[in-house]
Amino acid sequence: MTDADRAAERVARDSYGRLLAYLSARSRDISLAEEALAEAFARALSTWPDVGVPDNPDAWLLAVARNAMTDRQRHLTRFHTDAEVPDMPAPEAAQDLPDERLTLLMVCAHPAIARDLHTPLMLQTVLGIEARVIARLFMVSPTALTKRLVRAKAKIRAARIPFSLPAHEDLPNRAAAIMEAIYAVHGVDWVSPGDGLGDEALYLADLLARLLPQDAEAAGLAALIAFGHARAQARVRDGILVPTDTQDTALWDATLQAYADRQLTRAFALGAPGRFQIEAAIQQVHMRRKGTGVTDWEALNRLYHALLQIAPSTGARVAQAAVTARVHGPAAGLEALAQIEVEAGTDVQPLWAARADLLAQLGEGAQAEVAYDKAIALATDMPVIRFLRGRRDALIDRI
Amino acid sequence: MRYTFLLYTDPADLANMTEAEGMAQRQAYQSYIEALNAAGVFVDTDWLQPVTTATTLTLKGGTRQVQDGPFADTKERLGGYFVIEVPDLDVAMSWAEKCPAAQTGKVEIRPSAMPTG
Repeated sequence: MTDADRAAERVARDSYGRLLAYLSARSRDISLAEEALAEAFARALSTWPDVGVPDNPDAWLLAVARNAMTDRQRHLTRFHTDAEVPDMPAPEAAQDLPDERLTLLMVCAHPAIARDLHTPLMLQTVLGIEARVIARLFMVSPTALTKRLVRAKAKIRAARIPFSLPAHEDLPNRAAAIMEAIYAVHGVDWVSPGDGLGDEALYLADLLARLLPQDAEAAGLAALIAFGHARAQARVRDGILVPTDTQDTALWDATLQAYADRQLTRAFALGAPGRFQIEAAIQQVHMRRKGTGVTDWEALNRLYHALLQIAPSTGARVAQAAVTARVHGPAAGLEALAQIEVEAGTDVQPLWAARADLLAQLGEGAQAEVAYDKAIALATDMPVIRFLRGRRDALIDRI
Repeated sequence: MRYTFLLYTDPADLANMTEAEGMAQRQAYQSYIEALNAAGVFVDTDWLQPVTTATTLTLKGGTRQVQDGPFADTKERLGGYFVIEVPDLDVAMSWAEKCPAAQTGKVEIRPSAMPTG
């Protein structure tokens, strides 16, 4: 995809999200708004090639979609509906519409909607991604997901989940739910960077950071996702995972890295530290290697310590143990891993990968091989499996 | 928008209540009703007989089926309900949170299916 393609897609996506949010907020019926907007786009595809693209495509789409909504509602007399389509002024462009995307995000991540539907709903409504594409990415049945999304939208309408910003005291929790859902998109991308949703995660995070300019964590999340996405080309080479500290920094996207640096600086200035900011700061330290040529393990050690205070997780503890090994030697790292195994159980894949690496460093070839085999058995992603196999085979060659 | 709160409680909790606890519970509901009234959102409420008196009826499948007992096989049993009139689910949820039943059991919120005005 060229930069021009990307820009065109971004504009189209922006229009879709804005128009759908606007129509949904007015009718309080997302399904109705989606159908009407789809009809408008279909009409555009069939008429624009003949009559030319209108001067203001968004206003045209909005007018057609609004009429389609009114028509559909007339046909819905069988059922009572609270939905209403008041006269909407024809705006100059989607950019002139009131931006209702934040309220749409709030609806998608509403506590009355099942948590695992937050992300699919956002992808479908704000970005216009089809349910079957979302289902493939999250490895769930397309039929089941489609049904659940339809039901969720019916509930939003019937239970009248409000298209408005929540009360001031609820705002942080609701914003946090949106961030979790965006973070989940990022997670999918991380697992399979080839066909993932890196652009989509970044788009949503950047959108939220702009819609909530005073929220430090929203800026932190945008930074975190941008740092990760900047390394997308370097993370997997020839189908094999490349750990961050050995990646070719020439493959890192400098524009995205600079964007992430700016977002993180802005986040810190807001003076409200949080999990996403610390995670982003960890990525930032890793990526400073591009300028300095070295990784500051002491700084990473402090950041992981801070992260475990706020958001303890097994994954972060394993990463912390690996950093401990860099700072205090492999034996200290192995000790930390043993403690994690006692508390988190023995089937933690990254734990075995880290242990194998440290055992190999200590010259414990036989034990390292066993640990690599265990890590490979627990791994599910091919780039990770190939990486671990490569390490194990190199070890056997040395023995 | 009219919402109904269905209040689910474990009958065992009620059976083990002392007289003083029962009084405190009734007082809590009285205060809640007063708060709903003061906010102008109160519509109706009831206190239901024990679940042993419940009957469930369905016409699903074309014939009338009557079942002795509640609809769901969970530890909590329907113990009462509130009907409130508020603009949207967020407001309904904030009132459900304040309901004494939310402390010890579950409150199911159902939007009304009745056409409004």
